[in-house]
Amino acid sequence: MNNISVDHLTGIKDLTSEDIQLIFKTADSFKEVINRPIKKVPTLRDITIANIFFENSTRTRLSFELAEKRLSADVVNFSASGSSVKKGETLIDTVNNILSMKVDMVVMRHSSPGAAEFLSKKVNARVINAGDGTHEHPTQALLDAFSIREKLGTVEGKKVVIVGDILHSRVALSNIYCLQKLGAEVMVCGPTTLIPKYIADLGVKVSHNLIEALEWCDVANILRIQLERQDIKYFPSLREYSQQFGLNKEILNSLSKEIVVMHPGPINRGVEITSDVADSKQSIILQQVENGVAIRMAVIYLLASKIER
Amino acid sequence: MEKQVILNSKHLELTLNRLCYELIESHNDFSETVLVGLQPRGVQVVARLKKQLENILTKEVQCGNLDITFFRDDFRRREKPLIPSITNLDFSIENKKVVLVDDVLYTGRTIRSGLDALLTFGRPSKIELLVLIDRRFRRDLPIQANYIGKAVDTLVSERVSVEWKETEGEDKVVLFTKDKNE
Repeated sequence: MNNISVDHLTGIKDLTSEDIQLIFKTADSFKEVINRPIKKVPTLRDITIANIFFENSTRTRLSFELAEKRLSADVVNFSASGSSVKKGETLIDTVNNILSMKVDMVVMRHSSPGAAEFLSKKVNARVINAGDGTHEHPTQALLDAFSIREKLGTVEGKKVVIVGDILHSRVALSNIYCLQKLGAEVMVCGPTTLIPKYIADLGVKVSHNLIEALEWCDVANILRIQLERQDIKYFPSLREYSQQFGLNKEILNSLSKEIVVMHPGPINRGVEITSDVADSKQSIILQQVENGVAIRMAVIYLLASKIER
Repeated sequence: MEKQVILNSKHLELTLNRLCYELIESHNDFSETVLVGLQPRGVQVVARLKKQLENILTKEVQCGNLDITFFRDDFRRREKPLIPSITNLDFSIENKKVVLVDDVLYTGRTIRSGLDALLTFGRPSKIELLVLIDRRFRRDLPIQANYIGKAVDTLVSERVSVEWKETEGEDKVVLFTKDKNE
């Protein structure tokens, strides 16, 4: 087996399907490791990783930190609030200052699309994108596809619908790339205002009818409405959105087959998904979170193995 | 590469048989003992030992496989990445006697990693080492085996390969030597 083909993970777009399979195979082993009595391996004991978060995050940040610690890497955390970014320091200056303290890898979340790509060209460290604005969130897409593979045995040939705020979602774009590279069919579903105009050019189906989309699919990935990124009103009210595109138990039970329900979190219960669906046995939301640690361990491991000594 | 068969299929079977009786001598009925094969090449040895031991003892012998990839000491020191295999230990090793099993003992570095990996599963009362082939005088670390199929004296430039009917088509152990003009 060959090395992963990239030096940085800035987006799924740059990965080959072999890369993704390699990440999955490695993650299988890490999933076994994190279910051992001692959940730690000494592999990255001479690597230091900085988690730089310019945007809020709970799951991704915790998940990355746990992944790093379970690989025995040294970890430093940094969040933009309460830092010198507020005093006017530029992104590259901030990161270079951190790197001069001998950091080998940077995990970054930033509100600007392309921030990770930009950083990877400017600094001397491996960069992992933990979400860059509305662009990509590669590790989320990898863990989503990994969870589908775990639940259904394979991703190839499966039909996956992504429901909700596609326009503002980095999860949607990364998922589309990732699922297509693995041979799945993808549909996006949501109000016309929240579906990007040229999304069909990516080779995805588009639907504005939730029931129709759910009847088509094997897996439904439900996204949150990203109110924090919406500078104008895209729909009349959350209540109306919820009535048209919210997934509830009645709809789920009325379908002709049992589908798998996913959600990248954070969930707005009662808006895009009701509590009884989120907690039902068809939902693999918590498995997604568990797989997130294994996937991130695999990505960090594979990129770290390319750092020269 | 010059090839020399060290053990043919008949000798290999005799050797495995002898190892089984040596194991029974120290571990009686295996009620407190488990066999753990190191991935990837120790697994086949364990599979054979298990089959023969169960024939002799007419009871089940607990066996597992251990992947040591993440505990190796050559991470970032080789060209290719280390790709992990499957660990399969679906029993507790707490207070058990564990016999680590591998095909060839050479530098001892794999066994060192194996010991570390094994201890993440608990605290065994005792760990022993069984190898099919011991390449004597080639150790980098102070590690010795308790049970040895065959000891051979080899050069660094030589290579020992254990082959199995199931994977390579024939049971045998082969020593590869570089030709003088290679």
